[in-house]
Amino acid sequence: MAQLTYRDAVARAITQEMERDPNVVFLGEDVGGAGGVFKATVGLLERFGPERVRDTPISEQAILGAAMGAAMTGLRPIAEIMFADFFAVCWDLVANQIAKSSYMTAGQVSFPLVIRSGNGGGLRFGAQHSQSVENWAMAVPGLKVVAPSNPTDVIGLFAAAVRDPDPVMFFEHKGLYSSKGEVPDGEIVDTLGSAKVLRPGGDATIVALAAMVPRAVAAAEALAQRGIEAGVIDVRSLVPLDTQTILREVSATGRLFTVEENPRLCGWGAELVSIVAEECFNYLDGPPLRITTPHIPLPSADALEDMAIPSVERIVTTIERAMQS
Amino acid sequence: MTSTTDDPAATAGPPGIDPATLHRPDGSVDVPTQLALYRQMVRMRKFETRAYDLFMENLVKGTSHLSLGQEAIAAAFGEAMEDQDYTFATYRGHAHTLARGTSMTGVMGELLGRSCGVLSGKGGSMHLTDVSHGVMGSYAIVGAHLTIALGAAWSAQYRGEQRVAVAFFGDGTTNIGAFHESLNLAAVWKLPVVFVCENNMYMEYTPIGSVTAVANPAADRAAAYGLDSILVDGNDADAMYLTARESLDRARSGGGPSLIEARTYRSSGHSRADPGKYRPDAEVAAWKNYDPIVLYRTRLVTRGVSEADLDAIEETADGDVETATVNAKASPAPGADDLLRDVWSDGGSSWRN
Ligand SMILES: Cc1ncc(C[n+]2csc(CCOP(=O)(O)OP(=O)(O)O)c2C)c(N)n1
Ligand SMILES: [Mg+2]
Repeated sequence: MAQLTYRDAVARAITQEMERDPNVVFLGEDVGGAGGVFKATVGLLERFGPERVRDTPISEQAILGAAMGAAMTGLRPIAEIMFADFFAVCWDLVANQIAKSSYMTAGQVSFPLVIRSGNGGGLRFGAQHSQSVENWAMAVPGLKVVAPSNPTDVIGLFAAAVRDPDPVMFFEHKGLYSSKGEVPDGEIVDTLGSAKVLRPGGDATIVALAAMVPRAVAAAEALAQRGIEAGVIDVRSLVPLDTQTILREVSATGRLFTVEENPRLCGWGAELVSIVAEECFNYLDGPPLRITTPHIPLPSADALEDMAIPSVERIVTTIERAMQS
Repeated sequence: MTSTTDDPAATAGPPGIDPATLHRPDGSVDVPTQLALYRQMVRMRKFETRAYDLFMENLVKGTSHLSLGQEAIAAAFGEAMEDQDYTFATYRGHAHTLARGTSMTGVMGELLGRSCGVLSGKGGSMHLTDVSHGVMGSYAIVGAHLTIALGAAWSAQYRGEQRVAVAFFGDGTTNIGAFHESLNLAAVWKLPVVFVCENNMYMEYTPIGSVTAVANPAADRAAAYGLDSILVDGNDADAMYLTARESLDRARSGGGPSLIEARTYRSSGHSRADPGKYRPDAEVAAWKNYDPIVLYRTRLVTRGVSEADLDAIEETADGDVETATVNAKASPAPGADDLLRDVWSDGGSSWRN
């Protein structure tokens, strides 16, 4: 066991997989010499050399196209898109090409690649460097979508993503890079499509993702002080989605609350609520409730951004009010 | 052995183009290769002519983009490429796919949406792919596949394999960002990739000159990426073949990427039943007189190939097209079990437990 930051966990995860498999290569802007703009890939160039760790020009389409072409011809590339907002300039490669080509070719080609990206807000970067876009990816058939909330999951889920035969969108949360956690020694490999119950609770179930997970846990602790036992589930993987775990927990508590950083419309929680409504409606004691960022671009000023993204306080008061009514 | 440069048919040059600006590759093409090139072009022409008829009969549904008149380019690369090389084509990719040896029935079946199609009817005419013959896909978003070809070339370079990736695209594609990103990265990484711009003078219905800052949309941009400017007669199968060989050899020997602009013309419309009325009659007529197959037949006969041998090639192609048509029509439509298959590499489409 060792204390590791989320940021260092990324480098450890990439190292673990590149050491294991010489077909794993890594490319992106400033990922090598500079060690990444978030310093999440420090030391990889020195360790694996410029053939396997490649600095690219500012060419997001070429980065993802190169990853796709390499994946369909035998490599297992890891591509970095620096800020998830930049997916908007290369979404063709993600949504039209990488996601669809296995289906369109009746399985002639497959894409064992991982696209990792700095996602999410809280850093006062403003509307074009703060978005949580995992629901963009979730809306496209053919992509697996993962967003870890802690250093151990970063390593385990990343390893699973690299070893997966299909394209995985790996959303690292920028606001979590400096967070720390206890990480086991040795190789860590997890499974995609498995949600984690972080805290049991008989009264309500809170489902959260990435940076909303620690807030959900803190909120559950505060709610316990006030006599409400809320369980917390870390979804971890939106595609594949572990509906079994979520349906089981929600059926037991009868209340579902999602905590989503994305703007309101079509967030992952909406899909979850629809699944719960269709499949365990009779177990519900009240309406499922989504706690999200309002449907606005993210503002820059700290005072405003803090009002926009769900806070511990907002989670607590929303749930408390709902449980009392 | 025959030389290309002493031939009047080769030196006349494509209409409206100063022959002095055209690349004249060294070397010559032997007769067996010439016959193979002729066979390739004839097969493409007859296949696509039939595909058009089937479209008009509503047996080919949706859309279809023919490269009638542009056959020399796909044929030349088809003959010049080696088995291990990769083809990346566009929605106008029937010829490029057939050129690598994909079965006509497989292509025809795909156009008709039948289960004998190379993609079991799931891709359609714009996405022809046949990995077993090096056809790594046909792409319908302009420019995307240039970036994807980079990756195939990169993986060949990484493993030290003697493979080249070839990406075909149109003149209109030189104005999208992906083109420029691809040229730059290919040059910086010295990738074994050949970019082949088939300049047929139109992007859909717009004359390329009216929306492009330079006269030669690909060749005039080559210098920006440290590459040679190569403008070649795309209707001269010999010149195309020799140029293809040069660029493939360069890539295979570590010399990095090439950008080739092949001047050509599509004798049919952009897609579907487009009559191409936006093009001046005189231009259409001039290019009709510069048909790559007619030119080549004349050249081969001049060089002593018998008419009978050439007729036999045509008859065989007729028979192949007829067989492919009969097979495709007889093939069943894909079934419900195909619908949910192959989203993932485990064969399924499940997104939840
Ligand atoms: C990104 C994108 N924009 C527009 C289109 C619509 N479109 C399809 S083909 C085409 C013309 C392309 O022209 P060119 O590159 O010259 O190729 P050609 O069709 O002449 O072979 C256009 C605009 C598209 N498929 N993708
Ligand atoms: Mg064109």
